[in-house]
Amino acid sequence: MRFYRGAVGLASAAPLEFLGNMILSCVISSNMHISMLDDLDRRLLRQLQADPSLTVAELGARAGVSALKAQRRIARLQETGVLTGQHAVIDWRALGYAVTVSLRITLDKTQARAFDEFIAAARDIAEVTEIQTFLGRVDIRLSVIARDMGHYQQIYREAILTLPHMTDIEALMTVATLHDDESLPL
Amino acid sequence: MIALDDTDRAILRALQRDAAQSAAALGSRIGLSQPATWRRIKRLRDDGVLVGRRVALNAQSLGFGVTVFLGVKLATKGRVSLDDFERAVVAIPEVQLVEHVLGLYDYRLRVVARDLADFERVLRRRVMTLPGVGNVEANVLLSEERRPGPL
Repeated sequence: MRFYRGAVGLASAAPLEFLGNMILSCVISSNMHISMLDDLDRRLLRQLQADPSLTVAELGARAGVSALKAQRRIARLQETGVLTGQHAVIDWRALGYAVTVSLRITLDKTQARAFDEFIAAARDIAEVTEIQTFLGRVDIRLSVIARDMGHYQQIYREAILTLPHMTDIEALMTVATLHDDESLPL
Repeated sequence: MIALDDTDRAILRALQRDAAQSAAALGSRIGLSQPATWRRIKRLRDDGVLVGRRVALNAQSLGFGVTVFLGVKLATKGRVSLDDFERAVVAIPEVQLVEHVLGLYDYRLRVVARDLADFERVLRRRVMTLPGVGNVEANVLLSEERRPGPL
């Protein structure tokens, strides 16, 4: 912190003004990515979201720039933590998991460590594929997959109901997923 | 149903973490040659186990500060209203996920917005005006974590 403050201070000294400004802009870029993104960044991210398997050259062509320029921008988006990775999507039904249930859970908030202990225990259940925390009527939501209803009942009784600090639990069973695209409307 | 062996599971776990890595890099980490790794990935793809990739973006840094899950109950039911609702809801750009569910609600939606004021705009202008929409419950997402699942 002291280093940055000193560097910003240098900006007022005439001969070092350029250096000072450069360092200042680096400080800003690590905190405020929003202002750093331009149209090209957004175009590249839009294309990448639409088809993550595109090569850098294809991505550049679709965004109207050279492969080299696309490569540099993508690298910068990775360095600044805007683009955090690519993850394979698994279709659990193909592996025999036909049932998906959303469990909406209310915790006993009088227990200071309720969230931490609940989440740590939920991580040990292999069939839990998502853990989300909320502000609202529901505290935590778990996505649970199972081979069939018999299997689900077994997971529910033997694993879910033994999780700590629950005061209420409510289930929504997924009938169909009509739309699943975590693309951001850039 | 497809049976997986330990090597398949190791490949799936590795690709869940990083889908952009090469077959050679992945193979060397799990002690498999590049062609053998590639063949297994191709089989998992052909069998419909690996269905694609998801690009992970830091929504916050792109100006999307709020993610809200909505539980939506339809006021009127019947085949026509379901179709109308579904067609209209998937067309909203801020809606990332639409699930038809059984239970307290009829649909579960994941909505992304710039901030709470922007979310309110989406909720009032887009969601509450959907055909047949009844009761809506909103929960603001604070954190989320994806688990590897039973691999």
